[in-house]
Amino acid sequence: MSRDVQLDHVTMRFGDFTAVSDVSLDIRAGEFFSFLGPSGCGKTTILRMISGFMEPSAGAIRIGGADMAGIGPNKRPTALIFQNLALFPMMTVAENIAFGLEMRGVDRSARRKKAMELLDLIALPESADKRIDQLSGGQKQRVAIARALAVEPQVMLLDEPLSALDLKLRQHMRTELRAIQRRTGLTFIYITHDQGEALTMSDRVGVMSRGRIDQVGPSHAIYDAPATPFVATFVGENNVFAGTLTDAAGGIGHVETAAGPLRASLPEALPKGAPVLVFVRPERMRLGPGPDGLNTVTRPVSHVDFEGNFVNVALDSGGGAHGRAMLVQLPNDGRVPAFEPGSAATVSFDPGQARILPAGELAKE
Amino acid sequence: MSALVRRYGWPITLFMTGTTAVWLVVMVILPALVMVEYSFHPNLPVTKRGGPEDYYTLTNYAALFRGIDLTTWTFPNDFTVFIRTIWGASLVTFLSLVVCYPIAWHVAKIAPPRRAAVMILLLVIPFWINEILRTFAWYIILAYQGPLNAALLGLGILDKPVRWLSGSGGVLIGMTYAFLLFMMFPLINAIETLDTNQVEAAKDLGAPTWQIHRRIVIPHAKPGIAVGCIMVFVLAASSYIVPALLGSPGTRWFTETIYVWFFEGQDWPRGSAYAFILLTLCITFIMLVMRLFKVGLADIAK
Repeated sequence: MSRDVQLDHVTMRFGDFTAVSDVSLDIRAGEFFSFLGPSGCGKTTILRMISGFMEPSAGAIRIGGADMAGIGPNKRPTALIFQNLALFPMMTVAENIAFGLEMRGVDRSARRKKAMELLDLIALPESADKRIDQLSGGQKQRVAIARALAVEPQVMLLDEPLSALDLKLRQHMRTELRAIQRRTGLTFIYITHDQGEALTMSDRVGVMSRGRIDQVGPSHAIYDAPATPFVATFVGENNVFAGTLTDAAGGIGHVETAAGPLRASLPEALPKGAPVLVFVRPERMRLGPGPDGLNTVTRPVSHVDFEGNFVNVALDSGGGAHGRAMLVQLPNDGRVPAFEPGSAATVSFDPGQARILPAGELAKE
Repeated sequence: MSALVRRYGWPITLFMTGTTAVWLVVMVILPALVMVEYSFHPNLPVTKRGGPEDYYTLTNYAALFRGIDLTTWTFPNDFTVFIRTIWGASLVTFLSLVVCYPIAWHVAKIAPPRRAAVMILLLVIPFWINEILRTFAWYIILAYQGPLNAALLGLGILDKPVRWLSGSGGVLIGMTYAFLLFMMFPLINAIETLDTNQVEAAKDLGAPTWQIHRRIVIPHAKPGIAVGCIMVFVLAASSYIVPALLGSPGTRWFTETIYVWFFEGQDWPRGSAYAFILLTLCITFIMLVMRLFKVGLADIAK
């Protein structure tokens, strides 16, 4: 396995504040890797350290095996795409794309040729001599990508470049970014607080919280097997039941909670009496009681959101579960009853669909 | 106008527009017109004004150029002074730009907010002092036995003192300093509005520092550079105090020539014509700069 970008015990401090705390990670060559986390979790700091705009306070960053300490952003084999794109408004589209080549002393005709090739790649062959302000949001996006590709970097760094686009365009650009990454075979490191972006595009996702990486893995592992309460609640919706582990057998744990005794899968061995949290995804809940009343909760309905293909039912938290409402997502299969707010609803889940994790910090709602 | 009436009512609107109009007409337009009218008359004693010898003429304007002989390459004194003023003011403008750009860049983009505020304060405070006093300070600094020569000799940079005040050096230094802020603030304002990400993007794409300035910062700051150049050139070309104090007989400025025609030569028509020529020069320079930098009035107003 070739290691393209290696973070080796990287720490970044600003005065008393530790933005990134002892992060170690190998990103493979040709991989689409996303750092996912809320604002202030340190993901942008990591990106700026990889690109060379900041030097880590401790630890090392290696790209292609070479230590990057003391090497400025203009000397690194990386290209950064900024959140606001930072296209040069005083230059034409082609001049923007060829800027990196101009700085490398490539002559005018060769620059023009390369710019035209890249404009073909991003499907904007007619726009070479347009001004930047004549382009639409999506077109600017593609020009920014072409400008970064022009310098033939080893690693592309993307700082939430889709956040300024509207929803439809954003979804379209996800597909396009992924396609460009496959076609060029470059390593893409993507920063986002949008889990949808991270999960759909990435080969692997690193979920960050408070300067640390909580979990690294492919999208499905992050979603289906979250390693920490933070990951469980930051990525997708999750219902939380706080309780105490009373028994464990065959990978299934028994937890005593305010909502009664619950059974759920126990991925790691924990001592009896340990404070734990039980997580169940809203779409893994079903209407009606479980067999012999297993994992069954009855609560008043607080409100119902009709989404078309799904119906989201919110139940009163009942004071427990960290004060969070309980969510149940039911597929609109034609058999969803009409819920009256205030009326009681009974829901349940299979032990295999729920997950017990040691108690810890949850993501903010 | 109707918007003003709606907001303030007729009495206040009439007062505001009326006083502005009176000020503009009586204090600015009429004196200028009187001067222009003067400049087209021959210089006559009061008794002969309006008499048969009083007619409209261009002699006062032609006087500046009379005596130019390109075959022998001789130029009349006033014309030489006029050309030297253009050259001197251009040089002062260029020097101001060279001195101010790095400082403006530092204040606008490099310095943390607190240091930037302190730097601006340090730039502004000396300008609370009267212009004549500041110019006198330079007279002392640049004197033959003054602190500048002493310092340069002490550091071993010079081996004999320089007569700063006998050539154009004193005038150029004095003027560059006198009008520094008029270059500094437009530059700082213009550079401040540049998105720092653009600088970083250029750097990330491999641009060395000088290329970042050539390709990104200077093109962005062009309106500010244009405003600064216009201000400094116009102020330098029409400056009187600095050349009068720091200049020598060999470095007379065109404003001094105008002064001499008005008050020593008692030839007001000639003085008026020269003043009007200076005004035309300044307007020409403004239009030239706007053309050169491809900026419009709207850009400059920003």
